[in-house]
Amino acid sequence: MSMQDAVARHVRDGDVVVIEGFTHLISFAAGHEIIRQRRRDLTLCRLTPDLIYDQMIAAGCARKLVFSWAGNPGVGSLHAFRRAVEGQTLEIEEYSHFGMVARFSAGAARLPFWTLRDYAGTDLPRANPRIKSVTCPYTGEALATVPALNPDVTIVHAQRADAQGNAQIWGLLGVQKEAAFASQRVIVVVEELVEERVIRADPNRTLIPAPIVSAVVVEPWGAHPSYAQGYYDRDNEFYLAWEAISRERTELASYLDEFVYGVRDRVEYMQKQPRLAERLKAGEQRCAGVNYGF
Amino acid sequence: MMAAVAARELADGEVVFVGIGLPNLACNLARRTHAPNLVLIYESGAVGATPSRLPVSIGDPALVTGSLMVCGMADVFQLFVQNGRIEVGFLGGAQVDRHGNINTTVIGSYEKPKVRLPGSGGAAEIAIHAQRILIISKLSVRTFPERVDFITSPGQRVAKVITDKAVLERDDASGDLVLAGLYPGVEANKVRAGVGWKLESRPRLNRLDPPTTAELQLLRDVLDPQRLYLRS
Repeated sequence: MSMQDAVARHVRDGDVVVIEGFTHLISFAAGHEIIRQRRRDLTLCRLTPDLIYDQMIAAGCARKLVFSWAGNPGVGSLHAFRRAVEGQTLEIEEYSHFGMVARFSAGAARLPFWTLRDYAGTDLPRANPRIKSVTCPYTGEALATVPALNPDVTIVHAQRADAQGNAQIWGLLGVQKEAAFASQRVIVVVEELVEERVIRADPNRTLIPAPIVSAVVVEPWGAHPSYAQGYYDRDNEFYLAWEAISRERTELASYLDEFVYGVRDRVEYMQKQPRLAERLKAGEQRCAGVNYGF
Repeated sequence: MMAAVAARELADGEVVFVGIGLPNLACNLARRTHAPNLVLIYESGAVGATPSRLPVSIGDPALVTGSLMVCGMADVFQLFVQNGRIEVGFLGGAQVDRHGNINTTVIGSYEKPKVRLPGSGGAAEIAIHAQRILIISKLSVRTFPERVDFITSPGQRVAKVITDKAVLERDDASGDLVLAGLYPGVEANKVRAGVGWKLESRPRLNRLDPPTTAELQLLRDVLDPQRLYLRS
């Protein structure tokens, strides 16, 4: 399915949307298509909003942000996010990473909440009343709780999948498995479409199985400026450049005009930046493989 | 200097939860000097990482290549952090108060922030579960107020605060940060002027040696040749 069709069919105004991937495998291609299709009133959830949600906030897609760390890693601020929060135009619901992970875990297990030993002595429960506590019926200990997060749609970028959507990921795994299992609909975006036998040859690497997948989109370089281990490196130069681009509203708007609204799809996005592939293409570091025989 | 002092705080074989920036430099310096068996865990899921380049982000692909284990983040927080497997956690912050509480959330009120900061990330749970916390932060009254505007990470487990002038320790009796050691050529008054409360002092201050030639060479030529984090 094309990205246009996948977003048109599965991402609706007002949805709770998750594009996961911790630094690694963030589907910028999907975020850009959501911007192009001018989705509105979305509740965007992610541990680290990253540049992609900064762009979506700037483009006016978001009503609310649910998150645990909103910065530009190693660089500084997400300025569109900051402007929106400091100007009180964006609703926020804030956890810690463990809290967000626990919310997805509860959602994936179809439980109403998750317990964790956390938040004692912090001001986070005061800032977010949805962080509550429960008394353990076995030990009497007070444990923190967070509510399940069950998104309408979760979008995950993977290195490869078969046509049915059995998706394999290696490198940093983030919280994609939990987010996908917690979700009503799942879009898998891949660098490469492979035969089913490639998946079957290495089943331990499958993170997301076909029965929970609603759509498969093949989109090479779809994670740029994030990265795909074994395919291309993170574009740290772009993350640094975002500091200046996002600091000014007008700069940011012209970035979106040129690289999001100004292209039809990822192919055109890559054509605009002909030297990108050469600069970021991954080197070789292959693993030996294992014997699955019996 | 801060990276070298922080590196010396780490014992060989310890399990360390690494943050980005100076903590990352300190851990990799320790690993290449006195602590080759340090186990570096990053919240992104890399366990036993041996990054061949200085990671700009905590999720750099170089953390994966050649590491001992890569796991999902649910495993990081449940099986390592909450399980009590982290011996040392590094934290930093926009504000650190007299009790070692850290603020990385907002300056001003939460509802109408003057400055919106990134938030907790994994810092809240690291502060609660790591056996000891090391903070690295430059000294200034703005950064070290008597009380933080927002407690993102509680200070109970803070062992030391490594600054650019001195090292502070948490005094168990009072719960306050106190002056424990001075850098060469720094006077205690200079340090007192950099914090927003009346800073008490240990009866005997440690002398903190400057980085050795070998440490400097590793930091400048090998670990951070592009000067991403080594500015001072």
